Amino acid sequence: MHPITLTHILFVSTALFFIGMFGLFTRRNMITLLMAVELILNSVNINFVAFNKYLYPGKLDGVFFAIFIITIAAAEAAVAIAIIINLFRSHHSIDVEDASEMKY
Amino acid sequence: MSHMNPYVYIAFIPLLPLFVFLLLGLFGRRYFKTSSGTTGTISLLVTAALSIYAAYQYFFVSGKTDGVYQKIIAMKYTWLQFSPNVSIDMGIILDPISVMMIVVVSFVSLMVHIFSLGYMKGEERFATYFAFLSLFTFSMLGLVLSSNIFQIYIFWELVGVSSYLLIGFYFEKPSAVAASKKAFIVTRFADLGFLVGILILAFYSGTLDFGVLISRLTSLQSPEFLAITSASFMGASMLTWGLVLVFIGGAGKSAMFPLHVWLPDAMEGPTPVSALIHAATMVVAGVFLVARLFPVFCFDPSALQVVTYTGVFSALIAAVIACTQTDIKRILAFSTMSQIGFMMFALGVSQYGGEQGLGYMASMFHLFTHAFFKSLLFLCAGAVIHLVHSNNMKDMGGLRKIMPVTHISFLIACLAISGIPPFSGFFSKEDILLAAYHSNKLVYAIAVFTSALTAFYMFRLYYAIFWSKGVPSSAAPHGEAAMSMKIPLVILAVCSLLGGFVPIASWVTSDGLPLHTGIDMAFSALPVLLALGGITLATYLYKSENDRPEKIASSLGSFYKLVYHKFYIDEVYLFITKKIIFNCIGAPAAWIDKHIVDGFMNLLASVTEKISYLIKGMQSGKLQNYALYFFCGIVGLAVLFIYITHN
Repeated sequence: MHPITLTHILFVSTALFFIGMFGLFTRRNMITLLMAVELILNSVNINFVAFNKYLYPGKLDGVFFAIFIITIAAAEAAVAIAIIINLFRSHHSIDVEDASEMKY
Repeated sequence: MSHMNPYVYIAFIPLLPLFVFLLLGLFGRRYFKTSSGTTGTISLLVTAALSIYAAYQYFFVSGKTDGVYQKIIAMKYTWLQFSPNVSIDMGIILDPISVMMIVVVSFVSLMVHIFSLGYMKGEERFATYFAFLSLFTFSMLGLVLSSNIFQIYIFWELVGVSSYLLIGFYFEKPSAVAASKKAFIVTRFADLGFLVGILILAFYSGTLDFGVLISRLTSLQSPEFLAITSASFMGASMLTWGLVLVFIGGAGKSAMFPLHVWLPDAMEGPTPVSALIHAATMVVAGVFLVARLFPVFCFDPSALQVVTYTGVFSALIAAVIACTQTDIKRILAFSTMSQIGFMMFALGVSQYGGEQGLGYMASMFHLFTHAFFKSLLFLCAGAVIHLVHSNNMKDMGGLRKIMPVTHISFLIACLAISGIPPFSGFFSKEDILLAAYHSNKLVYAIAVFTSALTAFYMFRLYYAIFWSKGVPSSAAPHGEAAMSMKIPLVILAVCSLLGGFVPIASWVTSDGLPLHTGIDMAFSALPVLLALGGITLATYLYKSENDRPEKIASSLGSFYKLVYHKFYIDEVYLFITKKIIFNCIGAPAAWIDKHIVDGFMNLLASVTEKISYLIKGMQSGKLQNYALYFFCGIVGLAVLFIYITHN
């Protein structure tokens, strides 16, 4: 059995990042967009943990960064959901295409 | 000075009118609707009393050191420090001319205030009027007390502003608005010369302080004097340029030819204001300025020549024009211009110190006596206009029975201005003529002729107002005038009668030493006889109504017309401004402004507009578009960093 190398993990995280990116650009539902953003954040987390494990095994910096990002992601989710609720109250919709008044 | 400065109270002389101006200007219309006149008058009374006390203290108690009147710096604050050596100070200088001037200014202003109580009664803007009078008095008092050439310039402009406000007091009349604008613009134009002159003198002397400036520019060995006399521009030394430019400023304020055009129009203001402008403030400022810098002028004969000929020429043409006018205030205006011309050329023919300094003393003496009889003439004219409701002397005549006090006062003033002994004008005019006689025979001849002409036109005016016709049938319903209008007339008449006996010669001289003058009977005979001749001619022509003046006028034909239209100087100015300056300079400048300056701005604006129109689509309001731009930016930066780190 082949050992799991850094390249494998980076492949997973890159795939996760672009899946999130794709979701961010193609979906119209705000909740889905939020989920896409979470995917992107998690791909970054994977990178941090993987680099920490493979490059600096004796240290914990990358792990701590991952924990920070998880915390921020939780806070961000709370803020985003508050925005979505307000958007729904004013527009009766959570489709981003419907909320495009802020333009030239 | 180690001991307590005894002249601190002098500061209150200008500050009191300033305070009254602020008080009446800010709160007058609400709280002092009726009491503003008394407020202003009482404060001026205090100011005048302080001035007279200051004069007493200066001339009799502490002004002299070793028999010479000193320049005393009563107060000095540094206001703006430019460099360790150059600063603009706010100070008070006391020397014979400034002490004499504060007395004249505050006294005449007090008379004008009292007169205005009656004259302006019932005016809608009564309080504003007194506020402006106080401002005017403050500016002039500040001007004469200035110890710094820049300080004098500040007050100089304040005098200009307050005269603008007062000439245009009846701003609902278009002619008053035009007159105030004209006075302001003409004097402002002249002040440009003054400012450049200040800069030249200050640049070469390295100071703005009068005392230091004069001492540096009057010592032949000082480096400043050598620098300013050796530098030359267009054939004249910088000293000449500086002094002539300063004189242009003075000529503008003092209405010397060719900058006199504002003075006759300035008659649009209330008549007491004319008295103030003509007797004590404004027009004598130019004479005062030349006198202030007189020690420097003495070192430059060509600048003095300019002063002399400008003065004597203005005196002559003003007297000639005055003979043909019919508006009584305009006649008085031209007589002012003529008398100021006398003061100017008296300075011009003078030297510094001793017997040679007679002209300087005579000029100041004439300024002193002129203040009384000219303010008296204007206040009498005011009383007459108040009664007749017209400025035109054709509407007057036979008023001597109705207004006896005005009649006698006016007669005294006419005799004084004509130089008939023992009235005040005689003494000062004799000194001027004597100074001119010793220095320049041509100037003397013109001056004697002018003074005869003065007697003629003043008595023409006198007869036209008080004799000529019979007593008008519609005799004054409200009597001669209010008591407040008669009192100043009587006081000023006494001053005009006795003013010549004030020993100005022993107080106000160029070097501070007393000058001994006596009246030389043989010398005085000619001017006095000529003046009497002028009066006789005026009596013959104007005492009773007849057609002799018309015959003379028509026999003079086109010359009369030329003089009547004031030598068409106003028209020349209008031609130069409207036809030449507006068309040749104004119109092209307007074209450049409209097409090139504005065009450039419009181009910038339209280019910006086009670009923003093109790129505004980027701000679509669609969240995912923004995310896409953001992502593209990140990718671009990533590519850039990779490219940089790999090379």
